[in-house]
Amino acid sequence: MFENEYEVIIVGGGHAGSEAAAAAANMGSKTLLITMNLQNIAQMSCNPAMGGIAKGQIVREIDAMGGYSGIVSDKTAIQFKMLNKSKGPAMWSPRVQSDRMKFAETWRLMLEQTPNLDFYQDMVSGLIVKNNKIVGVKTGLGIEIKAKTVILTNGTFLNGLIHIGDKQFGGGRAGEKASTGITEDLINLGFESGRMKTGTPPRVDGRSLDFSKMEEQSGDPIPEKFSFSDQTNPLSSQRSCYMTYTSPTVHELLKDGFDRSPMFNGRIKSIGPRYCPSIEDKINRFADKDRHQLFVEPEGWNTVEFYVNGFSTSLPEDVQFKALRSVAGFENVKFFRPGYAIEYDYFPPTQLKHTLETKLVDGLFFAGQINGTTGYEEAASQGLMAGINAHLKAHRKEPFILKRNEAYIGVLIDDLITKGTEEPYRMFTSRAEYRTLLRQDNADFRLTPKSFAIGLAKESRMQRMVEKQEKSSAFVNFFKKTSFSVEEMNPILKEKNSALIKQSDKMFKVFSRPNITLNDMRKIPTVEAFINENNFDNEILEQVEIQVKYSGYIDKEKNNADKLNRLEGIKIPNDFDYSKLKSLSFEAKEKLTKIRPTTISQASRISGVSPNDISVMLVYMGR
Amino acid sequence: MFIKHNFFVPLQSMQNQDTIVALATPSGAGAIAVIRVSGPEAILIASGIFKSIHNKDLKKQRTHSIHLGHIMDDNRVIDEVLVSVFKNPNSYTGEDTVEISCHGSSYIQQEIIQLLLRKGCRSAQAGEFTLRAFLNGKMDLSQAEAVADLIASENEAAHQVAMQQMRGGFSNEIAKLREELLNFASLIELELDFAEEDVEFADRIQFQDLLIKIENVLKKLIDSFATGNVIKAGIPVAIAGAPNAGKSTLLNALLNEERAIVSDIAGTTRDAIEDELTIKGIGFRFIDTAGIRDTIDTIESIGISKTYEKMQQARLVLFLFDANDYKEHYKNLEVEVNRIQNKYPQKQVLLIANKTDLLNEHRIQTLQTKFPEAILISALNRDGIEQLKEKLLSLVNTGVLTSGDTIVTNTRHYDSLNKALAEIKKVQQGLEENLSGDLLAIDIRQALYYFGEITGQVTNDEVLGNIFANFCIGK
Repeated sequence: MFENEYEVIIVGGGHAGSEAAAAAANMGSKTLLITMNLQNIAQMSCNPAMGGIAKGQIVREIDAMGGYSGIVSDKTAIQFKMLNKSKGPAMWSPRVQSDRMKFAETWRLMLEQTPNLDFYQDMVSGLIVKNNKIVGVKTGLGIEIKAKTVILTNGTFLNGLIHIGDKQFGGGRAGEKASTGITEDLINLGFESGRMKTGTPPRVDGRSLDFSKMEEQSGDPIPEKFSFSDQTNPLSSQRSCYMTYTSPTVHELLKDGFDRSPMFNGRIKSIGPRYCPSIEDKINRFADKDRHQLFVEPEGWNTVEFYVNGFSTSLPEDVQFKALRSVAGFENVKFFRPGYAIEYDYFPPTQLKHTLETKLVDGLFFAGQINGTTGYEEAASQGLMAGINAHLKAHRKEPFILKRNEAYIGVLIDDLITKGTEEPYRMFTSRAEYRTLLRQDNADFRLTPKSFAIGLAKESRMQRMVEKQEKSSAFVNFFKKTSFSVEEMNPILKEKNSALIKQSDKMFKVFSRPNITLNDMRKIPTVEAFINENNFDNEILEQVEIQVKYSGYIDKEKNNADKLNRLEGIKIPNDFDYSKLKSLSFEAKEKLTKIRPTTISQASRISGVSPNDISVMLVYMGR
Repeated sequence: MFIKHNFFVPLQSMQNQDTIVALATPSGAGAIAVIRVSGPEAILIASGIFKSIHNKDLKKQRTHSIHLGHIMDDNRVIDEVLVSVFKNPNSYTGEDTVEISCHGSSYIQQEIIQLLLRKGCRSAQAGEFTLRAFLNGKMDLSQAEAVADLIASENEAAHQVAMQQMRGGFSNEIAKLREELLNFASLIELELDFAEEDVEFADRIQFQDLLIKIENVLKKLIDSFATGNVIKAGIPVAIAGAPNAGKSTLLNALLNEERAIVSDIAGTTRDAIEDELTIKGIGFRFIDTAGIRDTIDTIESIGISKTYEKMQQARLVLFLFDANDYKEHYKNLEVEVNRIQNKYPQKQVLLIANKTDLLNEHRIQTLQTKFPEAILISALNRDGIEQLKEKLLSLVNTGVLTSGDTIVTNTRHYDSLNKALAEIKKVQQGLEENLSGDLLAIDIRQALYYFGEITGQVTNDEVLGNIFANFCIGK
């Protein structure tokens, strides 16, 4: 029924599992994706959107490496926005609203088109491990399937427990069974586990809403897209979202149900994300705020279903319903389904290596919410990296690791395995110390060559990147080498209230002034002519503008990043005995022994490890 | 909704690409001092300020060679020195290294270090030479244990020393400003990462006020280094008194014990030959006031006015009198001391009764009753010299000699303060240009980093910049 032995088996078909399957199969591994429901491939369990601040950058990175998330997002988008456009280019963050059903369908069809990939629908109920090495999985039907490597991407399904008011029942997602057996096997193998909590708002019938009472929020007038490839196009039409607010009346109605709230009566014990609180949490913790924003988001092109973003709740369904009916525009609302909270098992990610392989079991990888993260993008990027590394492991090749100054994905994984996480981990731009380098516009420059080198990104992708790079550097060089005349420049400067110039100089100099834009520079005939001669498209123009205008900041961060890399280069032997180091603090010994950092740089990021401890380690390693 | 999350401050310390400089011998005066320069441009930079007596080009010299010549600041000779050249990897740090053996006066040391800083060196952080030695594989494991224990034991001490150097309320003030800046940085991060949500924005006007406050404090501290004279030339002390009061005996008593360096430095702003004395690392410069030759009767004479001129330059006046016959020289000593005090209310005047070895018990008691403030000494027998030195030091430590302001005595702090100020100015400029928060944040992080270098506050994410901070400079 199955191959004698797969090279990579992926357990779970969500965002992490799907990217893992695509990566491993595309790199040439005999791959099997096992999931409990093949109709729900890459299901958007929560909001129907991809990207956003810091997350949009991750989607671009996944795409630059040849993952599918960017392409699927483009193909199923109903609205595109570049967030934070008023800020510096490092903050520009693409986000789409998605057609939920189309998203899952498109993912499934793309995976079906992927060579080397088999599918099977069943529940994996156990792991087969011999001598601390994974050899396969057992399914609910009692089938054993052999594999060189296994990637667990179980999401919220491991012993998932759904709460709505005082009702609670097992389940991995609304209407889907929980998964049992894997947690127990892992604990028996010596893994430490924990519980986390997350929640989701009610879905409602758009025909029952009065949008005239809400503020319309439309997409960008000139939408862009995620994928660097030519496989997708920007949207030609878009759907709007709507914004409305809660009120003191709504808050009072919600408070009436607090005694039946599993959040407040102690039934939910695990920690949810602080940055994505439930509505009851918001009115409880921020009692002085008399209203909270609600975003009303369409679930697709054709469906009447809407998602009430900002109203995540586990209050009893009657309380949810009564309160929501007091919200402007929701007076006659009909529910498709109530919001709920879910608790699930996760495994503190400090038990992983940078490859996302577990330290305890050779060949076993974890990706996504099982590692304590939240978000489709965070999950997808881990899946991609686990898929790549499982393939490399199965083929006895060097692991593939992204550094903190190379990708948000690098920051994400390094944070997880170095610091662990107490609450569901979400990416923020401020987590990246070199975010000026980690922009959405240059994700292809940063990552496509690396992915191409390991055999994932296709040659066509590489060629597009090289062309973009050549064109943009040609244009940057043009500004560096070409001088302007005083006569043509001063009128432009005057218009911009910028200091006038006394003598001719290189264009780069004036262009880097804070309030001078490419559009200003284009008023110089030679600039406009150069653009037309070379047929530069908007992507090139934008790239060049960023490279010139932010060159000072980019160089500064590059310098800082280079310094970091020196300490990254100092490796700590895997069997380093910390107990021998008398001079280490007790806390440092404990943390270092537990986390086993691979470099001095990583060790220094562990909380509880002081500079002093780092010095001591450097000394003992004789280098 | 307000969320506090990790705010990373970039790593700065591992600047192994740059060239660092620091004193390799104990600070303060000695017969000879060694200034160590290490890094890729060590030889290049040193060759730019060194003029060999045989016209040798430092850049073309072999490793482990020594050269005699002068350290030149343009055309001005700072000192005659011996320069040793070590080429990588055969040096203490494993990098290109130049060691300048100069004369031991702290003035000369600082002149040379300042010159090297101006020529592109960076002030080394504590332990940085040793750190580089490790990174370049120059330290073997047998040395390791001793060094490791040293780090562990000196961690606390080193920090305390650093904090003591930031006396008065200033260390607290800097720490408080850093905290405020950090809070502001968090607010800016908030509006970046949660732009879509209903968050309050960081008040730019309030931020501007904070930056001005920070700028003022930094400038004050930097000025205290530049004008404080402590590092550069020592605290100026005038010794006044009648010719036979024992002035030169006192000076010798002070100097002999401390291996005083008598320096005659041409071309400096100082206009006289002065005697320099270092007490526990603090330099004192004794100003010759030979002008006082006469009694109160001729106090308005030209000679005396010159003496007052000298006193004008001093931070501290030692008013010396002969305990045996002061009545012969001064009709009224109290009136005389008061007159100096009134003329220079900012100056500390120490009354010193000399030649107390000639007094009997009873007369000493009379003297103490009459002048309870006076320090009783016998310069000849060196009695009371220790007490006098302690008194001088205590005046520095209690801030009396520093007009209540902190004096930044540490070139490393001076360096950090200047860098912090430069970053703060960039933030201010960015605010004026309406720069977006993410770009402001780069300079803010940088400023926070330099604050951390001064106050010793390090969060775990700033850790790497402080590796080996507990080593003594130059090991």
